[in-house]
Amino acid sequence: MEFVGQLQRQFVQFSHSLFDEGFLDDQFQQLQKLQDESNPDFVLEVVSLFFEDSEKLLNNLSIALQQQIVDFKQVDSYVHQFKGSSSSIGAQRVKNVCVHLRSFCEEQNLERCVMCFQQVKHEYYVVKNKLETLFRLERQIVEAGGTVPFIL
Amino acid sequence: MAQEFHVLAVDDSFVDRKVIERLLKVSSCKVTAVESAGRALQVLGLDEERSPVEFDELKVNLIITDYSMPEMTGYDLLKRIKGSKKLSEIPVVIMSSEDIQPRVNRCLEEGAEEYLVKPVKLSDVVRLRDFILTQKAHPPQMEHNSVKRKWRDESPNAGCSASTSCDHLRPPIPKRRKMVQL
Repeated sequence: MEFVGQLQRQFVQFSHSLFDEGFLDDQFQQLQKLQDESNPDFVLEVVSLFFEDSEKLLNNLSIALQQQIVDFKQVDSYVHQFKGSSSSIGAQRVKNVCVHLRSFCEEQNLERCVMCFQQVKHEYYVVKNKLETLFRLERQIVEAGGTVPFIL
Repeated sequence: MAQEFHVLAVDDSFVDRKVIERLLKVSSCKVTAVESAGRALQVLGLDEERSPVEFDELKVNLIITDYSMPEMTGYDLLKRIKGSKKLSEIPVVIMSSEDIQPRVNRCLEEGAEEYLVKPVKLSDVVRLRDFILTQKAHPPQMEHNSVKRKWRDESPNAGCSASTSCDHLRPPIPKRRKMVQL
Protein backbone atom coordinates (compact mmCIF):
# COMPACT_ATOMS: atom_id res chain seq x y z
CA MET A 1 0.00 0.00 0.00
CA GLU A 2 2.95 2.28 0.77
CA PHE A 3 4.14 1.72 -2.77
CA VAL A 4 0.77 2.75 -4.20
CA GLY A 5 0.86 5.86 -2.03
CA GLN A 6 4.29 6.72 -3.39
CA LEU A 7 3.15 6.25 -6.96
CA GLN A 8 0.07 8.35 -6.37
CA ARG A 9 2.14 11.18 -4.89
CA GLN A 10 4.51 10.98 -7.84
CA PHE A 11 1.55 11.13 -10.18
CA VAL A 12 0.04 14.18 -8.47
CA GLN A 13 3.38 16.01 -8.40
CA PHE A 14 4.10 15.21 -12.00
CA SER A 15 0.63 16.24 -13.17
CA HIS A 16 0.88 19.55 -11.35
CA SER A 17 4.25 20.25 -12.92
CA LEU A 18 2.84 19.69 -16.39
CA PHE A 19 0.26 22.38 -15.80
CA ASP A 20 2.53 24.71 -13.82
CA GLU A 21 5.21 24.59 -16.49
CA GLY A 22 2.71 25.26 -19.24
CA PHE A 23 3.04 21.99 -21.09
CA LEU A 24 -0.66 21.35 -20.65
CA ASP A 25 -3.55 23.75 -20.24
CA ASP A 26 -7.15 23.60 -19.11
CA GLN A 27 -8.25 21.75 -22.25
CA PHE A 28 -6.45 18.63 -21.02
CA GLN A 29 -8.50 18.80 -17.85
CA GLN A 30 -11.63 19.18 -19.96
CA LEU A 31 -10.75 15.87 -21.61
CA GLN A 32 -10.16 14.24 -18.23
CA LYS A 33 -13.65 15.32 -17.19
CA LEU A 34 -15.06 13.43 -20.16
CA GLN A 35 -13.52 10.17 -18.96
CA ASP A 36 -15.59 7.84 -16.79
CA GLU A 37 -16.22 4.14 -16.08
CA SER A 38 -17.99 3.75 -19.42
CA ASN A 39 -15.04 5.35 -21.23
CA PRO A 40 -12.06 4.74 -18.95
CA ASP A 41 -9.44 5.21 -21.68
CA PHE A 42 -10.86 8.26 -23.37
CA VAL A 43 -7.90 10.55 -22.71
CA LEU A 44 -5.42 7.88 -23.74
CA GLU A 45 -7.38 7.28 -26.96
CA VAL A 46 -7.56 10.94 -27.90
CA VAL A 47 -3.90 11.51 -27.11
CA SER A 48 -2.91 8.41 -29.10
CA LEU A 49 -4.85 9.76 -32.05
CA PHE A 50 -3.02 13.04 -31.58
CA PHE A 51 0.35 11.29 -31.64
CA GLU A 52 -0.55 9.43 -34.83
CA ASP A 53 -1.86 12.55 -36.49
CA SER A 54 1.15 14.58 -35.40
CA GLU A 55 3.72 12.17 -36.82
CA LYS A 56 2.07 12.50 -40.22
CA LEU A 57 1.84 16.29 -40.00
CA LEU A 58 5.44 16.68 -38.88
CA ASN A 59 6.56 14.47 -41.71
CA ASN A 60 4.51 16.45 -44.23
CA LEU A 61 5.89 19.70 -42.86
CA SER A 62 9.42 18.47 -43.07
CA ILE A 63 8.97 17.51 -46.71
CA ALA A 64 7.15 20.74 -47.57
CA LEU A 65 9.92 22.87 -46.07
CA GLN A 66 12.59 21.02 -48.02
CA GLN A 67 11.11 21.69 -51.44
CA GLN A 68 13.05 23.70 -54.00
CA ILE A 69 10.21 26.18 -54.09
CA VAL A 70 8.40 26.14 -50.77
CA ASP A 71 4.63 26.31 -50.95
CA PHE A 72 3.96 28.48 -47.90
CA LYS A 73 0.23 28.08 -48.24
CA GLN A 74 0.61 24.35 -47.93
CA VAL A 75 2.99 24.71 -44.99
CA ASP A 76 0.54 27.05 -43.32
CA SER A 77 -2.27 24.58 -43.85
CA TYR A 78 -0.31 21.82 -42.10
CA VAL A 79 0.63 24.14 -39.24
CA HIS A 80 -2.99 25.21 -38.89
CA GLN A 81 -3.99 21.56 -38.53
CA PHE A 82 -1.24 20.91 -36.01
CA LYS A 83 -2.16 24.01 -34.03
CA GLY A 84 -5.76 22.79 -33.99
CA SER A 85 -5.09 19.30 -32.79
CA SER A 86 -2.55 20.35 -30.17
CA SER A 87 -5.03 22.93 -28.90
CA SER A 88 -7.72 20.25 -28.73
CA ILE A 89 -5.71 18.10 -26.37
CA GLY A 90 -4.35 20.99 -24.34
CA ALA A 91 -0.74 20.83 -25.54
CA GLN A 92 -0.25 24.52 -24.87
CA ARG A 93 3.44 24.96 -25.70
CA VAL A 94 3.09 23.14 -29.00
CA LYS A 95 0.09 25.27 -29.90
CA ASN A 96 1.96 28.47 -29.06
CA VAL A 97 4.98 27.62 -31.19
CA CYS A 98 2.60 26.76 -34.05
CA VAL A 99 1.19 30.29 -33.81
CA HIS A 100 4.69 31.69 -34.31
CA LEU A 101 5.35 29.35 -37.19
CA ARG A 102 2.18 30.53 -38.89
CA SER A 103 3.30 34.13 -38.72
CA PHE A 104 6.63 33.21 -40.34
CA CYS A 105 4.70 31.40 -43.06
CA GLU A 106 2.70 34.53 -43.66
CA GLU A 107 5.93 36.50 -44.00
CA GLN A 108 7.22 33.75 -46.29
CA ASN A 109 10.41 33.80 -44.27
CA LEU A 110 11.89 30.38 -44.95
CA GLU A 111 14.82 30.67 -42.59
CA ARG A 112 12.59 31.58 -39.67
CA CYS A 113 10.08 28.91 -40.66
CA VAL A 114 12.74 26.24 -40.61
CA MET A 115 14.08 27.38 -37.23
CA CYS A 116 10.60 27.60 -35.78
CA PHE A 117 9.72 24.19 -37.15
CA GLN A 118 12.63 22.74 -35.16
CA GLN A 119 11.10 24.33 -32.07
CA VAL A 120 7.71 22.87 -32.92
CA LYS A 121 9.23 19.42 -33.22
CA HIS A 122 11.10 19.88 -29.96
CA GLU A 123 8.02 20.95 -28.03
CA TYR A 124 6.02 18.11 -29.52
CA TYR A 125 8.53 15.44 -28.52
CA VAL A 126 8.88 16.89 -25.04
CA VAL A 127 5.12 16.86 -24.41
CA LYS A 128 4.82 13.42 -25.98
CA ASN A 129 7.42 12.13 -23.58
CA LYS A 130 5.69 13.76 -20.63
CA LEU A 131 2.28 12.39 -21.57
CA GLU A 132 3.70 8.91 -22.01
CA THR A 133 5.22 9.20 -18.55
CA LEU A 134 1.88 10.32 -17.16
CA PHE A 135 0.06 7.37 -18.70
CA ARG A 136 2.75 5.00 -17.50
CA LEU A 137 2.35 6.27 -13.93
CA GLU A 138 -1.41 5.77 -14.20
CA ARG A 139 -0.90 2.20 -15.38
CA GLN A 140 1.53 1.48 -12.56
CA ILE A 141 -0.92 2.78 -9.97
CA VAL A 142 -3.74 0.64 -11.34
CA GLU A 143 -1.51 -2.43 -11.60
CA ALA A 144 -0.44 -1.94 -8.00
CA GLY A 145 -4.11 -2.02 -6.99
CA GLY A 146 -4.59 1.70 -6.45
CA THR A 147 -6.86 4.32 -8.01
CA VAL A 148 -5.60 7.23 -10.06
CA PRO A 149 -6.05 10.51 -8.13
CA PHE A 150 -8.11 13.34 -9.62
CA ILE A 151 -6.12 16.41 -10.54
CA LEU A 152 -8.36 19.46 -10.65
CA MET B 1 -39.83 12.94 -21.24
CA ALA B 2 -36.31 13.05 -22.61
CA GLN B 3 -36.21 13.22 -26.38
CA GLU B 4 -33.28 11.85 -28.25
CA PHE B 5 -31.35 14.85 -29.47
CA HIS B 6 -29.51 13.87 -32.61
CA VAL B 7 -26.47 15.85 -33.67
CA LEU B 8 -24.54 15.60 -36.91
CA ALA B 9 -20.92 16.60 -36.26
CA VAL B 10 -18.68 17.48 -39.19
CA ASP B 11 -14.91 17.82 -38.80
CA ASP B 12 -11.95 16.71 -40.90
CA SER B 13 -9.68 16.35 -37.85
CA PHE B 14 -9.61 12.88 -36.26
CA VAL B 15 -8.77 14.32 -32.87
CA ASP B 16 -11.51 16.96 -32.95
CA ARG B 17 -14.07 14.50 -34.21
CA LYS B 18 -13.36 12.18 -31.33
CA VAL B 19 -13.58 14.99 -28.81
CA ILE B 20 -16.81 16.51 -30.15
CA GLU B 21 -18.38 13.08 -30.33
CA ARG B 22 -17.59 12.46 -26.68
CA LEU B 23 -18.74 15.93 -25.63
CA LEU B 24 -22.08 15.30 -27.31
CA LYS B 25 -22.52 11.79 -25.91
CA VAL B 26 -21.74 12.98 -22.39
CA SER B 27 -24.46 15.60 -22.94
CA SER B 28 -26.91 12.79 -23.74
CA CYS B 29 -27.01 13.47 -27.46
CA LYS B 30 -27.08 10.89 -30.16
CA VAL B 31 -24.15 11.57 -32.50
CA THR B 32 -23.29 10.94 -36.10
CA ALA B 33 -19.78 12.16 -36.84
CA VAL B 34 -18.53 12.59 -40.41
CA GLU B 35 -15.22 13.78 -41.79
CA SER B 36 -16.33 16.11 -44.57
CA ALA B 37 -19.05 18.46 -45.73
CA GLY B 38 -19.55 16.23 -48.75
CA ARG B 39 -20.25 13.26 -46.56
CA ALA B 40 -22.57 15.38 -44.41
CA LEU B 41 -24.60 16.31 -47.50
CA GLN B 42 -24.87 12.65 -48.42
CA VAL B 43 -26.21 11.58 -45.05
CA LEU B 44 -28.62 14.52 -45.02
CA GLY B 45 -29.93 13.51 -48.43
CA LEU B 46 -28.73 16.67 -50.15
CA ASP B 47 -26.20 15.02 -52.39
CA GLU B 48 -27.33 15.60 -55.97
CA GLU B 49 -25.24 12.77 -57.32
CA ARG B 50 -26.97 10.09 -55.32
CA SER B 51 -30.68 9.49 -55.30
CA PRO B 52 -32.12 9.93 -51.79
CA VAL B 53 -33.31 6.33 -51.64
CA GLU B 54 -29.75 5.06 -51.58
CA PHE B 55 -29.22 6.34 -48.03
CA ASP B 56 -31.37 6.25 -44.97
CA GLU B 57 -31.64 9.98 -44.48
CA LEU B 58 -30.77 11.04 -40.99
CA LYS B 59 -33.15 13.06 -38.93
CA VAL B 60 -31.00 15.56 -37.07
CA ASN B 61 -31.80 18.25 -34.54
CA LEU B 62 -28.52 20.11 -34.86
CA ILE B 63 -25.56 20.26 -37.20
CA ILE B 64 -22.24 21.29 -35.74
CA THR B 65 -19.46 21.81 -38.24
CA ASP B 66 -15.87 22.89 -38.39
CA TYR B 67 -15.28 25.95 -40.53
CA SER B 68 -11.95 25.12 -42.20
CA MET B 69 -12.19 21.91 -44.12
CA PRO B 70 -10.60 20.96 -47.43
CA GLU B 71 -12.80 20.84 -50.56
CA MET B 72 -15.89 22.30 -48.91
CA THR B 73 -15.85 24.60 -45.89
CA GLY B 74 -18.31 24.64 -43.03
CA TYR B 75 -19.53 27.96 -44.38
CA ASP B 76 -20.40 26.39 -47.75
CA LEU B 77 -22.14 23.56 -45.95
CA LEU B 78 -24.11 26.12 -43.94
CA LYS B 79 -25.20 27.84 -47.16
CA ARG B 80 -26.31 24.57 -48.71
CA ILE B 81 -28.34 23.64 -45.66
CA LYS B 82 -29.96 27.05 -45.29
CA GLY B 83 -30.66 27.08 -49.01
CA SER B 84 -32.49 23.78 -48.86
CA LYS B 85 -36.23 23.77 -48.27
CA LYS B 86 -35.99 20.43 -46.55
CA LEU B 87 -33.26 21.27 -44.09
CA SER B 88 -33.17 25.04 -43.61
CA GLU B 89 -34.89 24.84 -40.23
CA ILE B 90 -32.13 22.70 -38.71
CA PRO B 91 -29.87 24.85 -36.55
CA VAL B 92 -26.26 24.92 -37.71
CA VAL B 93 -23.36 25.80 -35.45
CA ILE B 94 -19.93 26.68 -36.77
CA MET B 95 -16.77 25.76 -34.87
CA SER B 96 -13.45 27.38 -35.60
CA SER B 97 -10.07 27.77 -33.95
CA GLU B 98 -9.92 31.23 -35.49
CA ASP B 99 -11.77 34.07 -33.85
CA ILE B 100 -12.06 36.39 -36.87
CA GLN B 101 -14.91 38.86 -36.56
CA PRO B 102 -15.71 39.24 -40.30
CA ARG B 103 -15.86 35.45 -40.53
CA VAL B 104 -18.13 35.29 -37.50
CA ASN B 105 -20.44 37.92 -38.99
CA ARG B 106 -20.57 36.16 -42.32
CA CYS B 107 -21.59 32.89 -40.67
CA LEU B 108 -24.22 34.49 -38.49
CA GLU B 109 -25.60 36.43 -41.47
CA GLU B 110 -25.89 33.19 -43.39
CA GLY B 111 -28.03 31.79 -40.60
CA ALA B 112 -25.62 30.02 -38.26
CA GLU B 113 -26.99 29.67 -34.79
CA GLU B 114 -23.65 30.19 -33.11
CA TYR B 115 -19.99 30.53 -33.84
CA LEU B 116 -17.98 28.60 -31.28
CA VAL B 117 -14.30 29.20 -30.86
CA LYS B 118 -12.35 25.96 -30.48
CA PRO B 119 -11.54 24.10 -28.38
CA VAL B 120 -15.20 23.48 -27.69
CA LYS B 121 -16.04 22.86 -24.04
CA LEU B 122 -18.66 20.72 -22.39
CA SER B 123 -20.42 23.86 -21.15
CA ASP B 124 -20.77 25.07 -24.78
CA VAL B 125 -22.42 21.84 -25.84
CA VAL B 126 -24.78 21.69 -22.88
CA ARG B 127 -25.79 25.31 -23.36
CA LEU B 128 -26.43 24.75 -27.08
CA ARG B 129 -28.48 21.66 -26.55
CA ASP B 130 -30.59 23.29 -23.85
CA PHE B 131 -31.13 26.42 -25.94
CA ILE B 132 -32.26 24.49 -28.99
CA LEU B 133 -34.51 22.20 -26.96
CA THR B 134 -36.08 25.24 -25.31
CA GLN B 135 -36.63 26.89 -28.69
CA LYS B 136 -38.45 23.77 -29.84
CA ALA B 137 -40.61 23.62 -26.73
CA HIS B 138 -41.38 27.36 -26.71
CA PRO B 139 -41.23 28.64 -30.27
CA PRO B 140 -40.57 32.39 -30.26
CA GLN B 141 -43.52 34.72 -30.90
CA MET B 142 -41.36 37.18 -32.77
CA GLU B 143 -39.71 36.75 -36.14
CA HIS B 144 -36.97 34.15 -35.89
CA ASN B 145 -33.96 36.25 -36.83
CA SER B 146 -34.68 39.11 -34.50
CA VAL B 147 -35.03 36.69 -31.59
CA LYS B 148 -31.60 35.25 -32.31
CA ARG B 149 -30.08 38.72 -32.46
CA LYS B 150 -31.76 39.76 -29.23
CA TRP B 151 -30.66 36.65 -27.44
CA ARG B 152 -27.14 37.28 -28.56
CA ASP B 153 -27.44 40.78 -27.13
CA GLU B 154 -28.34 39.09 -23.86
CA SER B 155 -31.57 41.00 -23.24
CA PRO B 156 -33.21 38.90 -20.55
CA ASN B 157 -36.67 38.36 -22.00
CA ALA B 158 -35.96 37.69 -25.64
CA GLY B 159 -38.13 34.88 -26.92
CA CYS B 160 -39.42 33.82 -23.52
CA SER B 161 -42.73 34.34 -21.86
CA ALA B 162 -42.67 36.76 -18.95
CA SER B 163 -43.47 34.04 -16.42
CA THR B 164 -40.40 31.87 -17.06
CA SER B 165 -36.91 32.72 -15.99
CA CYS B 166 -34.51 32.73 -18.88
CA ASP B 167 -31.32 32.82 -16.86
CA HIS B 168 -30.53 29.29 -17.90
CA LEU B 169 -30.51 30.45 -21.52
CA ARG B 170 -27.85 33.00 -20.96
CA PRO B 171 -24.41 31.61 -21.55
CA PRO B 172 -22.09 31.75 -18.53
CA ILE B 173 -19.05 32.72 -20.60
CA PRO B 174 -19.52 34.48 -23.91
CA LYS B 175 -17.41 32.17 -26.04
CA ARG B 176 -19.79 32.60 -28.92
CA ARG B 177 -19.42 35.76 -30.90
CA LYS B 178 -21.73 38.65 -31.54
CA MET B 179 -22.50 40.40 -34.80
CA VAL B 180 -20.58 43.63 -34.94
CA GLN B 181 -21.80 46.69 -36.82
CA LEU B 182 -19.13 47.21 -39.44
